[in-house]
Amino acid sequence: MRIAIVGAGQAGVQLATSLRSLGHDGPVVLIGAEPGLPYQRPPLSKGFLAGTTPAEELDLRERSYLDGVGIDLRAGRTVVEATLGDEGGTLRLDDGSEVAFDALALATGATSRTLPVPGGDLPGVLGLRTVADAEALRAGLAGATDVVVVGGGFIGLEVAATARAQGRRVTVVEAADRLLARVVSEPFSAHVRAWHEAQGTTILTGAAVSGLTGGPDGVTGVTLADGTTLPADVVVTGIGAVPACDLARALGLSVERGIVADEHGRTSHPRVVAIGDCAVQPHPHEPDRLLGVESVNNAVEQATAAASVLLGQEPAPRGVPWFWSNQGELKLQLAGISDGHDERVVRGGGERLTVLYYRRGRLIAADVADNPRDFNAVKSALAKGATIDPRAAIDSEVPLRSLISEPVPA
Amino acid sequence: MPTIEYTCPDGSRRDVEARLGASVMETAVKHGVPGIVGECGGGLSCATCHVFVDVEQIDLTGPATDFEEEMLEDAVTPPTELSRLSCQIRMTDELDGLRVQIAKEQQ
Repeated sequence: MRIAIVGAGQAGVQLATSLRSLGHDGPVVLIGAEPGLPYQRPPLSKGFLAGTTPAEELDLRERSYLDGVGIDLRAGRTVVEATLGDEGGTLRLDDGSEVAFDALALATGATSRTLPVPGGDLPGVLGLRTVADAEALRAGLAGATDVVVVGGGFIGLEVAATARAQGRRVTVVEAADRLLARVVSEPFSAHVRAWHEAQGTTILTGAAVSGLTGGPDGVTGVTLADGTTLPADVVVTGIGAVPACDLARALGLSVERGIVADEHGRTSHPRVVAIGDCAVQPHPHEPDRLLGVESVNNAVEQATAAASVLLGQEPAPRGVPWFWSNQGELKLQLAGISDGHDERVVRGGGERLTVLYYRRGRLIAADVADNPRDFNAVKSALAKGATIDPRAAIDSEVPLRSLISEPVPA
Repeated sequence: MPTIEYTCPDGSRRDVEARLGASVMETAVKHGVPGIVGECGGGLSCATCHVFVDVEQIDLTGPATDFEEEMLEDAVTPPTELSRLSCQIRMTDELDGLRVQIAKEQQ
């Protein structure tokens, strides 16, 4: 069986290598739009931006390994035309070459949302998705005094922490009334805000950007809806990403906000899987809704499962979803999907904070700041289908691990 | 380049040359050494790169740091005083010939 993978990020590379470890010995072609070896993105807003993580460290695999296991990497290539029938199809690449496949994996990722305001495309207004973006941002930060980060999500806050540690004056502008509003609850948002403010970063919430000022030499300021203008030498946008679904649409696959897939990557076409940031999958607590899960963990696990699907094997059950964000010395770890919770318990305070989330009396997730013991306890409770007594969990002197129940039937 | 000698969960051995400054986790993942997952890419967040350092070399690598130790406490394979998260061991010339046994289960 000939397998083509479009997208050579974390998910695409994982799928390719999983196919080999599952014993597939047919052709595997891995097509990536960016030049060079496939790389990991998480350090782009952290160590790579700070200059402490060298570029070689970003590579996901050595070339000798890819060559050795026969993964045919087509780096710097895009798909310009594609056909798909019941038995497979063909991709035509921008160098004129053709890749015929019996099964296709879409791992096309997502693209950064751009600021839809006047001046949003001035020089010095930078997003962060690719290594090229990160190099441009690193160069921009080097000469900057004032840095404005638009968007108080994970990437924006990671960049803010990195820039602040370099001594820049940093302001984070967030349209919602709190940081990380889409993902975490109020007490956790407040904890993260306090940490950044203690570093000397200015956090503005409920603040909408109405325009950027500057000229051909670059951006000079950010104007807010209330008329305030913030000085800026560099503006970093971290306002979310849009799944890349053009190819999926062209092939007639079912697409909503992302490519519609199940947790194992199966799409509306039996010969096609979709994995990672480009896909949406059923919400774990509310299966009628579709959820995009933009994380390394999801990319890796969905890709591993999809490799089994393509080879006609039964995929291993998915593990507990989890996510991390290192913002300077602040270490956030999230386990489970908290969206859909109806009760929460705040544990700790001061330097460490844990928020546990419950749905119908049962533990579904936790957000943890600087407390790996709590994170691990929640992850293992969720992995074995157990819960943690919310009343007992309030006392942060009691180890969460000691409160894990026996597995509870769903 | 310093060499790392991995003993994989199935008992097989792999010798891999590491870039100076590369971590023991990163070197394993990039060369397809089985058993080390390294899901967080070295962010000290996932404890899926647990190894046991050879008893004669643990003084060279040093013991786990505080946060690392807390991550290791609940590792799927129970930790010992030789346990490290291999993302936290950076290769130097002094570590040439480092022997690590990869924990049987990581997640």
